[in-house]
Amino acid sequence: MVKVIILRTGGTNCDLETEWACQVAGASTSRIHISQITTGRVKILDFDILIIPGGFSYGDDLGAGKVLANEIMLKCWEQIEKFREKQRPIIGICNGFQVLVKAKMLPFWGKHTASLVWNESGRFEDRWVNLRVEKSTSPFFNNMPEIIRFPVAHAEGKFVLKSHSLLKKIEKNQQVILRYVNPSGETQGYPYNPNGSIAGIAGVCDEKGLVIGMMPHPERALLRIHLPDWTRLKGQEEFSYGYRFFKNVIEYCS
Amino acid sequence: MAKANIIEILNATDAELIEISKKGLLSLTLDEMKRIQKYFLSAGRNPTDLELEMIAQTWSEHCFHKTFKSRIQFTEIIDSNSPVMEEIPSLFSLIKQATEKVRKNWCISVFKDNAGIIQFDEDYCICFKVETHNHPSALEPYGGAGTGIGGVIRDVLGAGLGAKPILNTDVFCFAPLDTRHEELQEGIFHPRRLFKAVVSGVRDYGNRMGIPTANGAILFDPGYLYNILVYCGTVGIMPRWAVNKKVKPGDLVVVIGGRTGRDGIHGATFSSASLEKDIPTSVVQIGNPIVEKKVLDALMTARDEKLYSAITDCGAGGLSSAVGELAQHCGAVVHLDKVPLKYQDLKPWEIWVSESQERMVLSVPPEKFNRLKEILESENVEYACIGKFNSTGKIKIFHEKDIVGELDLKWLFQKSELPVLKALYEKRETVNIIPENINLEETLLQLLSDSNIASKEIVVRQYDHEVQGHTIIKPFGGIDGCSASDAVVLAPIYGNDRGIVVSCGINPWYGMLDPYLMAGNCIDEALRNIVACGGNPDRTAILDNFCWGKIDDPFELGKLTRCVKGCHDYAIQYKVPFISGKDSLNNYFTKVDGSVVSIPGTLLISAISVIDDVRKSITSDFKEASNLIYILGETSNELGGSRFFNVFNLEGGRCPAPHPEISLMIMRKLYRAIKNNLVMACHDCSEGGVAIAIAEMIIGSGYGAEIYLEQMPATTAEPVSLLFSESQGRFIVEVDESCVEKFEKLFKGLPCKQIGRVIPDFRLKVNDRDKTLLDVNGELLKQKWCGAISW
Repeated sequence: MVKVIILRTGGTNCDLETEWACQVAGASTSRIHISQITTGRVKILDFDILIIPGGFSYGDDLGAGKVLANEIMLKCWEQIEKFREKQRPIIGICNGFQVLVKAKMLPFWGKHTASLVWNESGRFEDRWVNLRVEKSTSPFFNNMPEIIRFPVAHAEGKFVLKSHSLLKKIEKNQQVILRYVNPSGETQGYPYNPNGSIAGIAGVCDEKGLVIGMMPHPERALLRIHLPDWTRLKGQEEFSYGYRFFKNVIEYCS
Repeated sequence: MAKANIIEILNATDAELIEISKKGLLSLTLDEMKRIQKYFLSAGRNPTDLELEMIAQTWSEHCFHKTFKSRIQFTEIIDSNSPVMEEIPSLFSLIKQATEKVRKNWCISVFKDNAGIIQFDEDYCICFKVETHNHPSALEPYGGAGTGIGGVIRDVLGAGLGAKPILNTDVFCFAPLDTRHEELQEGIFHPRRLFKAVVSGVRDYGNRMGIPTANGAILFDPGYLYNILVYCGTVGIMPRWAVNKKVKPGDLVVVIGGRTGRDGIHGATFSSASLEKDIPTSVVQIGNPIVEKKVLDALMTARDEKLYSAITDCGAGGLSSAVGELAQHCGAVVHLDKVPLKYQDLKPWEIWVSESQERMVLSVPPEKFNRLKEILESENVEYACIGKFNSTGKIKIFHEKDIVGELDLKWLFQKSELPVLKALYEKRETVNIIPENINLEETLLQLLSDSNIASKEIVVRQYDHEVQGHTIIKPFGGIDGCSASDAVVLAPIYGNDRGIVVSCGINPWYGMLDPYLMAGNCIDEALRNIVACGGNPDRTAILDNFCWGKIDDPFELGKLTRCVKGCHDYAIQYKVPFISGKDSLNNYFTKVDGSVVSIPGTLLISAISVIDDVRKSITSDFKEASNLIYILGETSNELGGSRFFNVFNLEGGRCPAPHPEISLMIMRKLYRAIKNNLVMACHDCSEGGVAIAIAEMIIGSGYGAEIYLEQMPATTAEPVSLLFSESQGRFIVEVDESCVEKFEKLFKGLPCKQIGRVIPDFRLKVNDRDKTLLDVNGELLKQKWCGAISW
């Protein structure tokens, strides 16, 4: 059975539903506090997939994800690097994405090229967004409709890059995995793009596509009845887009 | 090192006793001071400052609820020739009586613990508590509101052996956002500043805790200019075995979580005093949600490993209240120098009554302490063992080697002789007016953008309402997520379709006309909201939260008494039990000239229902053109207290009156209809009446509606009343043609009529016989309703 480690710390708060999503998609899971890693009691390398879930790690007090990013870089970097070398997926969702970007794991490993900054609206917002699945190097969005829906719930989710040429580069490398779009699939302004991310970027991956991060929450779109308008929908299928995502990740490792 | 001061009271005169209470901000009455004097005379010594503080805190209105426990001599003048006098044993007993009479076997623990507890299924219980944090939020709105939600979350963490919080609710009352600055008194913040800061406070605390905030209300009325209201609620889930707690003598007193500082000193005593300018803000606590989140994470593990025998939160009154409560039936020794401090040089009494946040007190069997330590350390939670429970019947408090306090617990908690209070209620005579020559379209649009009716989406989206992944009916649904839901539906256990529905009912404007009817109407509204989403009225419990003005004014107490009587009578008639409640009294402001302004007496009814299958729940947006639109319930000319009257600045009028018998029948049938898939959409008629209800069902649907007013079951034919009256017990229901026969059969003999159809055009068209009264474009409805409240 594929083993998932869900890394948490004080202020992580999407660990339980992320764990549930992984289990439904067929993996075995462990929610592990980072203190267990830094004290050597648990090893990240004993797992197949690393997920850093959403929340407000350490209250996001020095900027979203910053403190946990530093802790990872200073206290368990070696394990993380080996994990990546062994081509095992590293996934950051919402606060986890913020951690990956601030720990220089995305979009280019070891380089500080991007950030997630305050939403243009200046406030935390929870809303469902339409996402266009881009052609990317990541195998985790295969067999998905062109447009899917997940909710976002964050205050610091505006994706920015150090330079315009970097945008061209990650587009050319097929490192953009999801973009915020309107219902007909075009990138557009607020509220379709909920935070003002450049080029509507909602999620990115590294060059190989196995380290990925996204602001939207697939674990909150696991079932059809998670959709905000499910009472309007005709279909009776049990699962929704989020399930397919977790299924893809787990199948990739099995 | 600071020691306790001795306060000379043994030989104090009455005047001196009053002075001591006043100078120490103790809020103790002369009678209470004399009781204290008597106790220490027989002990043969003077009290320490810590002892006086502990007594003041224990006996404070906030902790002891003196008003709700007192006998009341109530004079009610409905007909001026024959006043009716009665003696009420206490307001609290009235509420409790109602629950006893309704008697539901799924009520597990009511009015005992930190929160009311009901059965969820074989294995789990649900608990619910709603608190107010009005005074702190008026002084320091961001911190006050944040610690308000933080406090009620701890109530749930401290209910039984601890429940996992799964939902927060919030209800706020402010003055209108367009209040002119000239109308403000010195020392009063502008309502917009309060609004933004309170919302931000609840948002930042609730979101960081990882608890969805997904039900509530925001009200605006000039009556809240000086005193705002901030209600915060939390729902939790716990295993059935964790419902009971009992301190065992020999257990360790362990405090976990935040450190103790000088913040929130006198919170308990201050919260029951009037607001005036120049109150020190040190009475307001300072919150840190991540500390509380860590406490939550650690506690859930410790609870499941059964590492403690009792738990309670440090709320009002701090350690004094928490340890005092736990030790109440046994005894304890406490060492204050062991309490982790934010900074040194706190006096012993300050450590004892400080209301620093994020602290819980546990009663831990000594053999379990090591494992508990391991868990706390791995979650980075601070802790300290500060004493031991024993069976001496006394609480003995040390600071290093000094005894700084020793009190007999039986005496401290014994029911004191409370004075008999006088309450007076006189019914206001009002004329029932119906304004003429109204432009209906303009009125409808004005009502849609009335801040009390308009969409609160700009606020609600700032709360994470789906963290934890349990939220099935979210606050907003429909097309583009712009249709507001009547209640929230959660499926709190992964992989299980059993769920809860949570809603509220609040309307101070009815209370201005008649607090008794307000109580019935609020219960009716809370139940309507539950049923409209698919909740079961016979499996619903309710909570009461009274916010009232200056309570030593017999007229204010009279209104409160009448409101409590309404709660009692209507709860019995609707057959819903109260499981928890709280009162916040003395919400008034003393102006510089000495005059006093009380808030409008405000009752919040929160409701929670358990349902078998969340997949049966429904939303209010119309689903398909050509479906039929029905109304359930009868409409009367009841425009008193309505938003319609407010728009036209009209006072008085006939206040809506609930009809529990018919309402309950309708709700039971509607529950069945929804369960049997006969209903496509449902919305209750509340503020703004039928017109607003149907407009709201259109806005999130993309469809329209054509309505024929003459079809409505009504005691009036006035279009204005038919459209805008706020008669209780009514629902608008969308039914598919194929279900009509079954649906109509179900409601046979009840007021249930088809009043129109869903149409493909995005518009609202209302006819009365052959005349078209209204024909408004849906985009315009949407624009008015969605765009009225700015951030």
